[in-house]
Amino acid sequence: MEKTEALGLLTDRVAKFTAMIGKRLPDDVTAKLKELRDEESMPMAKMIYEAMERNQEQAVALNRPSCQDTGMIQMFVRVGSKFPYIDALAEVLKDAVAIATKEGPLRHNAVETFDEVNTGTNTGTKAPWLYWDILPDSDRLELDIYMAGGGCSLPGQGKTLMPGEGYEGVVKFVLDIMTSYGLNACPPLLVGIGIGTSIDSAAYMSKVALMRPVGSRNANPKAAQLEKDLISAIDSIGLGPQGLQGKKSVMGVHIENSARHPSVISVAVNVGCWAHRRGTIVFNSDLSYELITHKGVKL
Amino acid sequence: MSKILNTPVSDEDLKDIRIGDVIYLNGHIVTCRDVAHRRLIEYGRELPVDIQGGAIFHAGPIVRKVEGEEKKFEMVSIGPTTSMRMEKFEKEFIEKTGVKVIVGKGGMGPNTEMGCRENKAIHCVFPAGCAVIAATEVEKIEGAYWQDLGMPETLWVCHVKEFGPLIVSIDAEGNNLFEQNKVLFNKRKDEALEELYTKVKFIK
Repeated sequence: MEKTEALGLLTDRVAKFTAMIGKRLPDDVTAKLKELRDEESMPMAKMIYEAMERNQEQAVALNRPSCQDTGMIQMFVRVGSKFPYIDALAEVLKDAVAIATKEGPLRHNAVETFDEVNTGTNTGTKAPWLYWDILPDSDRLELDIYMAGGGCSLPGQGKTLMPGEGYEGVVKFVLDIMTSYGLNACPPLLVGIGIGTSIDSAAYMSKVALMRPVGSRNANPKAAQLEKDLISAIDSIGLGPQGLQGKKSVMGVHIENSARHPSVISVAVNVGCWAHRRGTIVFNSDLSYELITHKGVKL
Repeated sequence: MSKILNTPVSDEDLKDIRIGDVIYLNGHIVTCRDVAHRRLIEYGRELPVDIQGGAIFHAGPIVRKVEGEEKKFEMVSIGPTTSMRMEKFEKEFIEKTGVKVIVGKGGMGPNTEMGCRENKAIHCVFPAGCAVIAATEVEKIEGAYWQDLGMPETLWVCHVKEFGPLIVSIDAEGNNLFEQNKVLFNKRKDEALEELYTKVKFIK
């Protein structure tokens, strides 16, 4: 394949994948929502779960974004050091977002700060927002694409605590967000928590946590236990779908952690709404691909 | 109780509607969010569309231009955005415009409660994220004002049929479903925290 042709193909596939994410929830989220709906007994909550399910079916049938807020596109890029198109990748991803915006269509969500002008393409200064990671000795490209709307981005908060406040301070910080901003962020939520040294690393990890499959557990047994304890605790509040009460509050709680400086413990929270539009695609060097989060879907 | 409201809505129409009721709307609803509220309240500009007795939707939709036709648009995907962002403007907004039905997501605060009570208006929640359902209930886009604000913030005048379900969160008496829920949620949160504190003694 000629290089220009290959770059065109890669751009096209990323664009199609991006547009698709706005229309179909990943398999794990769909399964979790079904489970929550089946467990629900309050009439209002049941009505809302049924509306959600009907909406997702119609989105696929009519080929439309299931939620109008298709977010500011964010990507976690893990690129093999030997992936043949590594040099052009940043540009490819930006172009793909502009194409997906037109073809999807996606809502125009990139407003240039200070100039306060909507670019109309979902691209702009540092948009899409990209995180880069290198896969040594690999010729593949792994891409997580995430569409977080404004509503579920609003609860995003972080705080650097003094160790004296301990993990008690951490869990209070998390639960306070649930009953304030979390309520309006379209529960049942996926709650991402980062715990580490400084506010930036905690914030980053809290978003990484949202890229994990729903219900996956932290490798550290204590952190994994805290994930479970937080699920029980937040569920006991009974936010229900849309914060209008229900048996449960969350789709899951994921914690990512790093070592911390002895003088500080930082915690950050990012939440995903029930329409958690996250997708993972893996490209081989010949640009054949596998959809990790959306099995059986054709681009 | 499930009820259908038709625009223009009168005070009388709202008399028996209470928080927690589910209603549907026939007639017109205009999308109206952050900047439109700012322009009216902070900059004193007049809203370019008359919504006396009408309905507004805190929403920023995806709209597609109908190819080859002047000023014709199709509603692709529309759902509510966080209403609380409009809280600081809403009481005055209700007074100035005479709007009767405000549709959005999540709760609103004491300002809006007061605005609803004094001027007889209600706030409702459309199940958020269900934007295709809402779009298919829009029969026609009849106008587009302040398009300089971009697609999400433009005032889209929508003709709707049985638009809903709309869950009443503030009624015309100023009762507030989310505020009532919050009291319950905070009580449960405090109980949950007491138990959690015993499980997180990692720093010893």
